[in-house]
Amino acid sequence: MLKIEDLHLSFGGIKALQGVNFEANAGEITGVIGPNGAGKTSLFNAISGFYKPDRGRVSFEGEDITTLSPDKRAGLGLARTFQNIALFRGMTVLDNIKLGGHTRLNTNVWQALRYFGSAQKAELELRREIEEQVIDFLEIDHIRKYPITMLPYGLQKRVELGRALAMRPKVLLLDEPVAGMNREETADMARFILDVQEQFGTTILLVEHDMHMVMDICSRIVVLNFGQQIASGTPEEVSKDPAVIEAYLGAAA
Amino acid sequence: MINANLKSTYAADERVLNNRYKQAFVYAMIAALALFTAFGNDYLILIASQMGILLIAVVGINILTGYTGLVSLGHGAFVAIGAYAVTIFGNLGAGVIPAGLMPFISVPLAVALAAAVGVLVGLPSLRVKGLYLAVATLAANFIVIFLIEEDLFAPWTGGMVGINTNVPNLLGWELDTKREMFGLIAVVGLVSLLAAQNLIRTRVGRAFIAIRDRDYSAEILGISLLRYKLMSFALSAAYCGLAGALFAYFYARILPEQFELALSLNLVAALIIGGMGRTMGPVFGVIIVVMVPELIKVLFGALAGDSAGAGQLRAPLQQIAFGVLLVLFLLKEPLGINQIVDRILRAANRWPFARG
Repeated sequence: MLKIEDLHLSFGGIKALQGVNFEANAGEITGVIGPNGAGKTSLFNAISGFYKPDRGRVSFEGEDITTLSPDKRAGLGLARTFQNIALFRGMTVLDNIKLGGHTRLNTNVWQALRYFGSAQKAELELRREIEEQVIDFLEIDHIRKYPITMLPYGLQKRVELGRALAMRPKVLLLDEPVAGMNREETADMARFILDVQEQFGTTILLVEHDMHMVMDICSRIVVLNFGQQIASGTPEEVSKDPAVIEAYLGAAA
Repeated sequence: MINANLKSTYAADERVLNNRYKQAFVYAMIAALALFTAFGNDYLILIASQMGILLIAVVGINILTGYTGLVSLGHGAFVAIGAYAVTIFGNLGAGVIPAGLMPFISVPLAVALAAAVGVLVGLPSLRVKGLYLAVATLAANFIVIFLIEEDLFAPWTGGMVGINTNVPNLLGWELDTKREMFGLIAVVGLVSLLAAQNLIRTRVGRAFIAIRDRDYSAEILGISLLRYKLMSFALSAAYCGLAGALFAYFYARILPEQFELALSLNLVAALIIGGMGRTMGPVFGVIIVVMVPELIKVLFGALAGDSAGAGQLRAPLQQIAFGVLLVLFLLKEPLGINQIVDRILRAANRWPFARG
């Protein structure tokens, strides 16, 4: 579904990624783990189009998207959330989620200025779909009219997931979906991620530091350290891999 | 607790005037406006027309600065383009196009020209933001005024001394009184306000707000920054062009100096005072920006008489009052008068329960 081949990325002398190779299989949850500064977020930025890799390929459903701009990639069905929440703070929850439907609507300026007619029809259809498939699904119906700034952190993370879901993505990139959450919120988020995979069949790629969650929900795991891919495989394989144990716990262990 | 606000369809929930207090407020205002057009005295009609023309331009600035978050200090240029284009097209087309049809051709042309120049001026916005963009747009203002004053174009633009404008003729109806013109301005103003409101509750306007709030996040949702920033510039320039066209029709003569930096700053000031990124912001802002200097004039006249010395004192006083007002709003109520009105309407809606 999403294939990364020999990806190299550097900033001046810093080599952020040095030959990353893996494939996120359709309908599976793939985890990317590694110590701080391993290049996980750089990898995500390269996949979503903010960074242009020095070498290598990113392909989506067999199509090379390495040089495509972020907004074009969104149109193909690639959605993501950010490590530090990147919601639109001046808008309500509902408007944020509606923005996820941007690529699926085709209202032009003239229709928008007039509103009544096709624009209204498209807006109401989007609203219905979002209410039924995103807001109900994520159990955020009580806060739909709230501005983002009024929400606690855990709910903001959930709204950001909702915005990504409103894109009806084929591939969903989650950058630390449970960072900074307590145990209960983490359990909720893990459940929502599994529900997304099950109900929509979405291919999910996630970066996370919470090892319990990663080991529980991912079917495959890729491990990065200093930009290099040091292991990949099922959670069992990865957790027994000596290189991974060394990276995380140090050589003495 | 919100009273009597139960919705049973999405359509009802998506309405702009989604509670009866807002409805009452807006409908009462429209009724007052209609009565005023018919019975208001000539001096007030003149003031109100100035407000109406300015309003359309500020609605345009609001789309760019309020919703898309791009600061422009050069929108006076687009008002100038609208005003001059509608006059020049009118003069060139006289005799070729029937007078009654002229506004229906020259105004859209003028608006389209302003929008096209808007796209051009908007190009730097793809690379620079904030203060740097403001300076780039400032340059546009000076260039446009310079070209209008240039001797080369003087046969068409009239150069430094300005040019006489045409009286609009709508299908045989000559709008040769200020009151008739005000009627036109009021209708066009209301329609453009409504169109701007429609814009921001659909896909296009949401994309603008997304760019303002977090541009990289907007990109990840499939919003092309290039396309939408230029679209925002084009739309706001088109609004200013429309305001310019009405300006030309309203006054007997237009001068290049009317569209200089002072106008551009006035537009931005009105937006800040009224409330950025709110539909009604421009309305409140324009009322203040036009009324305050007028009130000072009236008050000062009553206190100090009409002597030449008093007149000399008055002009700087008007500017100082204006500056103080702007600073007060930026400090105390950065979201403008719109925020104050929202609070009152919200309290009315919740009464007799807790205010908030």
